[in-house]
Amino acid sequence: MTATLVGKHNLKQHELKQQLLRDEGRSGRGNSGRSAAEGWRRRAPLLPALIFTVLVTQLPFVVTLWYSLRSWNLLRTDGDIFVGLRNYADIFLDSTFRGAALNSVVITLGCVFAAMVLGTFFAILLDRSFKGRGVVRTMLITPFLIMPVAGATLWSVSMLNPSFGLVNWAIGLVGIGPVDWTSQYPVVSILMALVWQWTPFMMLLVLAGLQAQPKDVLEAAQIDGAGWGKTFVFVTLPQLRRYIELGVLLGAIYVVNTFDQIYLMTAGGPGTASANLPFYIYQRAFLGFDIGQAAAMGVVVVIATIFIASFALRLIFRSFDTKD
Amino acid sequence: MLTPRPTSAAPTQGAIKGREQRRRINSSLLTSLTWIIAFLFFAPVLWLVMTAFKQESDAASSPPRFFFEPTLDQFQHVLDSGAGSYFGNSLIATGVSTLLVIILAVPASYALSIRPVKKTQDVLFFFISTKMLPVVAVIMPIYVIAGQLKVLDNIWTLVVLYTAMNLPIAVWMMRSFFQEVPSEVLEAASMDGAGLLKTLRIVLMPMVAPGMAATALICVIFAWNEFFFALNLTAGKAATTPVFLVSQMTSEGLFLAKLSAASVLASLPVVIAGWMAQKQLVRGLSMGAVK
Repeated sequence: MTATLVGKHNLKQHELKQQLLRDEGRSGRGNSGRSAAEGWRRRAPLLPALIFTVLVTQLPFVVTLWYSLRSWNLLRTDGDIFVGLRNYADIFLDSTFRGAALNSVVITLGCVFAAMVLGTFFAILLDRSFKGRGVVRTMLITPFLIMPVAGATLWSVSMLNPSFGLVNWAIGLVGIGPVDWTSQYPVVSILMALVWQWTPFMMLLVLAGLQAQPKDVLEAAQIDGAGWGKTFVFVTLPQLRRYIELGVLLGAIYVVNTFDQIYLMTAGGPGTASANLPFYIYQRAFLGFDIGQAAAMGVVVVIATIFIASFALRLIFRSFDTKD
Repeated sequence: MLTPRPTSAAPTQGAIKGREQRRRINSSLLTSLTWIIAFLFFAPVLWLVMTAFKQESDAASSPPRFFFEPTLDQFQHVLDSGAGSYFGNSLIATGVSTLLVIILAVPASYALSIRPVKKTQDVLFFFISTKMLPVVAVIMPIYVIAGQLKVLDNIWTLVVLYTAMNLPIAVWMMRSFFQEVPSEVLEAASMDGAGLLKTLRIVLMPMVAPGMAATALICVIFAWNEFFFALNLTAGKAATTPVFLVSQMTSEGLFLAKLSAASVLASLPVVIAGWMAQKQLVRGLSMGAVK
């Protein structure tokens, strides 16, 4: 397993270098013989964006690192003292943190997986010509465009409300009794709203993949006597892989940061049953005013994210490169 | 040679007709299925819009009321309750930050694609890695710094943060559009003696204009819908539309119709923009990776 990963990685680096060389080639001159002034002239257009991004995103994180080493609670008068790594040690004793971490994983994986399966299904349905296709596509992408705050209130109030919600009315038609969704099944409720919001995103990407398929390959498969199912598994799916990977990665980047739905639908509750890491850290910082502890949690989340993302980013890069 | 084929292999006229008929039935079944699924998936939106046109008593009724006398009262209530200033704030935060993103991202992505600097990959990695930084990990320092600079509850603080939030995506997207410009075009421009700025203005801009529009659209969507920064860094003066929506939630059961009307108004700009630019949306959401 490790060996293959490393092998793939090396291969990737090689590909990246090739890509870079091609890029350099486009400008019409090589690396050698470029003067320092020329180098700066090339770099100059990049600098404003780079400096701005470093200032606004990296500087606060450095400050977070500093806070994480201090015991600083705005509710206590003993103020702000250096405690070294004690905040980090506390995290490992904090069972709520573990619960929130688990929820983060469940919500992210669950949402991305369900949205991808549904999105692929919708994309297949849309990848044929029929009457009203444009209207159907417009209807299907709308949940993604609805403001997430509006979507979250819509689900928690209009759809999942135990007394007048539409979902309970619908399941009542088939004889299932009223369910108090957000208190009995808080994580499932949040997942419903999230999957509803993210399915269009996956659908659009997969649909783009389906429509980029060369039609002659599909015809060839049909002539060879492959049925619809076989053609899908052996011809379409491998070609969609790049699009699916991209959808999963980009979706995960956004879903892992989910805050709006949890804040509005369950407030992390009951208790802390449905809190994910962003929500729990927010609670510690803005409701508990425990700045040192919240900062340490933020740092742990960042380290975990970087660890996972370093694999994910390589996948994205491979996706981008095989295009050329 | 014209040897007579065995008739059993060739389908009869009737069999062809039958297969054609079956195919057509299957096709219309599939179309109906697609419509039903689309309708179910769209139902929450439809319900939201319907609720916005109800009286409060119709909105929170059990069983749900599907037929009612539509009214514009709720929209009137929303506009009367001072939604205007929230929408104005959203407009400034979204508009100005998108403009800033484009101004910063176009030269940067140009440098990263057509005239690559060293370590292009590293820089691209860096930009996108900032998207993986959980926002909660930086919110406290931002809060404290903003407090010390006395820019809490100030719309320009959101402008700066939204610019930083969208800049990485914009750089990636714009780079992919720049890379599609054929190098011959640039060579021709330099042969004709056009300088850097002139090439950029006359040759490149028209070619990447659709890409720039797609980039701007994505930035608008994310900035308009952003809630976390707005919730934590603004209060009455600089609060944006999502914060306004949440403020309507206080007694949810009683004000469901009004809340729905506010949700419809808040979502409308992005929904309409997204409907109109469906093609560009795909390209944008995939950061240019998918044509």
